[in-house]
Amino acid sequence: MKEIKIFARAGQGAITTAAILGEALFYEDKFSYAFPHFGAARMGAPMNAFLRFDQNPIRLRSQIYNPDYIIVIDPTLIEAEQCFDNLKDNSKAVVAVRENTNINNKQNTAISSLPAEKIAMDIIGRPFANTVLLGAFSKATGEVKLDSILKSVEVRFKSKPAILDKNIEAVKKGYESV
Amino acid sequence: MFSILAAKPKSSARNKTGSWRSTKMPRLLKKECINCGLCKFVCPEGCISGSEKNQYSVDSEYCKGCGLCAYICPKKDIEMIENKPEKSNSSEEAEKDKGVGK
Amino acid sequence: MKKFIEGSYAMAEAAKLCRPGVIAAYPITPQTHIVENLSQFIADGELDAKSVNVESEHSAASCVLGAQAAGARSFTCSSSQGLILMSEVLFCIAGMRLPVMLVCANRALSAPINIWNDHQDSIAVRDAGWIQLYAENNQEAVDLIIASHKIAEDPKVMLPAMVCVDGFILTHGMEVVDMPDQKDVDNFLPAYDPPYKLDVDNPMSFGLLGTPDVYQETRYAIQKTLEDVLGMIPEVGKEFGDKFGRDSLRLVEEYKTTDAETILVAMGSVCGTIKDVVDREREKGNKVGLLKIVSYRPFPKEVVKSALKSAKHVGIIDKDISLGSDGALYSEIKSLLPSDQKVSGFIAGLGGRDIKLNSVENIIKMAREEENSCKFVDLNKDILWDKFKTI
Repeated sequence: MKEIKIFARAGQGAITTAAILGEALFYEDKFSYAFPHFGAARMGAPMNAFLRFDQNPIRLRSQIYNPDYIIVIDPTLIEAEQCFDNLKDNSKAVVAVRENTNINNKQNTAISSLPAEKIAMDIIGRPFANTVLLGAFSKATGEVKLDSILKSVEVRFKSKPAILDKNIEAVKKGYESV
Repeated sequence: MFSILAAKPKSSARNKTGSWRSTKMPRLLKKECINCGLCKFVCPEGCISGSEKNQYSVDSEYCKGCGLCAYICPKKDIEMIENKPEKSNSSEEAEKDKGVGK
Repeated sequence: MKKFIEGSYAMAEAAKLCRPGVIAAYPITPQTHIVENLSQFIADGELDAKSVNVESEHSAASCVLGAQAAGARSFTCSSSQGLILMSEVLFCIAGMRLPVMLVCANRALSAPINIWNDHQDSIAVRDAGWIQLYAENNQEAVDLIIASHKIAEDPKVMLPAMVCVDGFILTHGMEVVDMPDQKDVDNFLPAYDPPYKLDVDNPMSFGLLGTPDVYQETRYAIQKTLEDVLGMIPEVGKEFGDKFGRDSLRLVEEYKTTDAETILVAMGSVCGTIKDVVDREREKGNKVGLLKIVSYRPFPKEVVKSALKSAKHVGIIDKDISLGSDGALYSEIKSLLPSDQKVSGFIAGLGGRDIKLNSVENIIKMAREEENSCKFVDLNKDILWDKFKTI
């Protein structure tokens, strides 16, 4: 069983990220349990989404304290939310960074960093880094195929054709950027 | 397993509450009646019936003897008299219209 | 068909598969997504039902009471304050023998106000005469919604059913759920056809005065019926299992209890976490098991008794407490077991306090040591004072 913790601000699509990832893993016959940080979030407030996945159905219902992977959607949270604390050994991080982003990598986590917000601005026209990071997660961890992510994004955005193609491109660009 | 759950209309009519009447009961004189229907209208028990002059009647099985009919009658054609005790309900009537779902 | 979906969506779809005629609910976290999805189904023309907007949960419950009395299969859901605002009507629904379906997204009760999960809300209305089933995961939630309709509407039963699902943990959790096909559900669950109903052509009075010479019989009838439901749950559960391939509807689930020296007892989603701990303990050679209660009302006394009879230590986890006494499940089970058996009660996960793997490990450890009736788990003593003090 692997555990992923996603760091974002409410409104940046952390739950969508977990949902797309869970669906993509489902296409690969894996079971997952994706859940938000339970509570009332205000737009812009730091929040988390979580995902557990395995070959077998997930039974464990507690929150995730020692993730195998972290995905940081908002670079301004790295320090404030201590994203790099309490990771498992051999963990990996997929992080959106800006030019001045500084990471205090206490546990020597393998980091794949990319300017996901800038990529999103270039492709989507809005700074939604999450789909870019999903592509990067696929490449960096090898836990889920790019095709599965693409299929999952397609299902997720099928009712919004205006942003579907852009998000597909964003995923691919994220994959290539690692 | 079930017990009483619902009842058909008029099922409470088997409770002949006229036996609660205490001292008085109305007597319709049937002389001056103008078929105004006020007695029927004010009766709290709905136990006065009739639709023609001097043809009204009181169902003593439900009348409580409140006297409203006598009070309202514009012709003073109803008087309150001493109550006569009624016979108790027949068991056959009591069996009628019991609640369903028993 | 297997899908990766949010719990609330899965439960709404399960309700839709049962073809309800009337849905009335008032929004409250964490139940809201369920009715929101049902309203969407109606708006999209996928569900032919009347959705009634009401001004409170009391009205929602009254509305489904009336609708069910008029012969419509009716559905509502609520949580926490909403459920206890309904409570007056919940007793009426059961007393009038109307098989309404309610999903309770379990949430703590105020005060202090808290939107997170525990079982206090549904436990508070446990005596209303409803069938109460607790789901461990979203698959069970879906299955229990469908299967419990069959029991509730049986002409021998005619009692409402409440499927209790842990708020957020299940309602807002996304996981793989095998959604049954409409035609299989139609096959399993015939149309609701009560022998009589509210009908202008055949008028009748419902919800009568029950004088002292009839009231006690109405309670006796419900009690006897719920005892019969204990026998029907395995039967209907088997029928459901034959058709859908899952044994979600059952009185209890025994997980590795046969040779277990320590057995934990719990309800709802925490059972999943406990199963993971049981497996870890087994790897270490510790004989631990779990007895999961699915049917809390009716309570399967004999089944529980026999499942626990050879356990040296029993640890009962309640996500609720009868303040001034003990946890609800503990009181019930303790009274069934011989006084020399070591039975401990633990209060955990109140108001969304996370029950972690090591919380469960500690419970096992404590259950083996001294006997407690009401031990709070993961308590933070730093925020407790002996005196009412100025802040």
